[in-house]
Amino acid sequence: MPRGAVETDALVAAVTEPTRRQMLDLLLERGESTATVLADSLPITRQAVSKQLAVLTRVGLVEGEKSGREMRYRLNVERLDRVTRSLGELAATWDQRLMRIKQIAETAAAKQPKK
Amino acid sequence: MPADRIEREIDIDAPIDVVWTVITEPEHINGWFTDSAELDIRPGGEGRLGWEAKASNHAMIVNLRVERLDPPHFFSFRWDYPDGEEPTETNAPLVEFSLEARGDSTRLRLVESGLEKIARSEEDKETYFAEHTSGWTRIAERLRDYAPKQQSTVAG
Repeated sequence: MPRGAVETDALVAAVTEPTRRQMLDLLLERGESTATVLADSLPITRQAVSKQLAVLTRVGLVEGEKSGREMRYRLNVERLDRVTRSLGELAATWDQRLMRIKQIAETAAAKQPKK
Repeated sequence: MPADRIEREIDIDAPIDVVWTVITEPEHINGWFTDSAELDIRPGGEGRLGWEAKASNHAMIVNLRVERLDPPHFFSFRWDYPDGEEPTETNAPLVEFSLEARGDSTRLRLVESGLEKIARSEEDKETYFAEHTSGWTRIAERLRDYAPKQQSTVAG
């Protein structure tokens, strides 16, 4: 399903971009925040923060809720956990398997007489 | 790199025939992958990959079908499709091993693809990822590379 692939690409892009990663960190620490408060902690403008929050909201990593004059943003921890776990662990798992293949093959080769 | 594709390359200080044996013979597959592997090693041949119950997960058996075989250069299979179904690109990830002789050494390349094409629910996908990684040592460094701080905080 193409939609699924696109969705994952967007998720990965959302998590790996440094500014957005910092914002996710801040949201994790604080539980929730607003664009104004986040901008105070980051070397970017409130407008830029809003733009990045829109990206994060679009892929479901962040949820916004209207509170007075500003939106309050909260992290979707479950979704973030899923992204990092699924892709990171699958790759790590193959690294582990390949290292074992290497060990087994090299041990076997060492026992063989040289041609 | 598309997100649903894992690509890895490793240089092995062993001749290509030895590496080929390690990745295709059940007794060796049990050394790096499964607890009990059965495999009919020919194109279209079927296999069953078994894992015993461990503290962190229960026992499971996964279907496998050989796609392409070109000894000792190429071996691909689809795996983890439902019992009684034909493996296709929408129900089974594709794993491809390419081997290249470099003198007495071998360059082994691994690609696993098609994870996102698979028509699973999000919950099933989560289970897939969880099950496919259980029984293996969690490599925390890799996760931290991927998303440094979130992971440790989320896990804590």
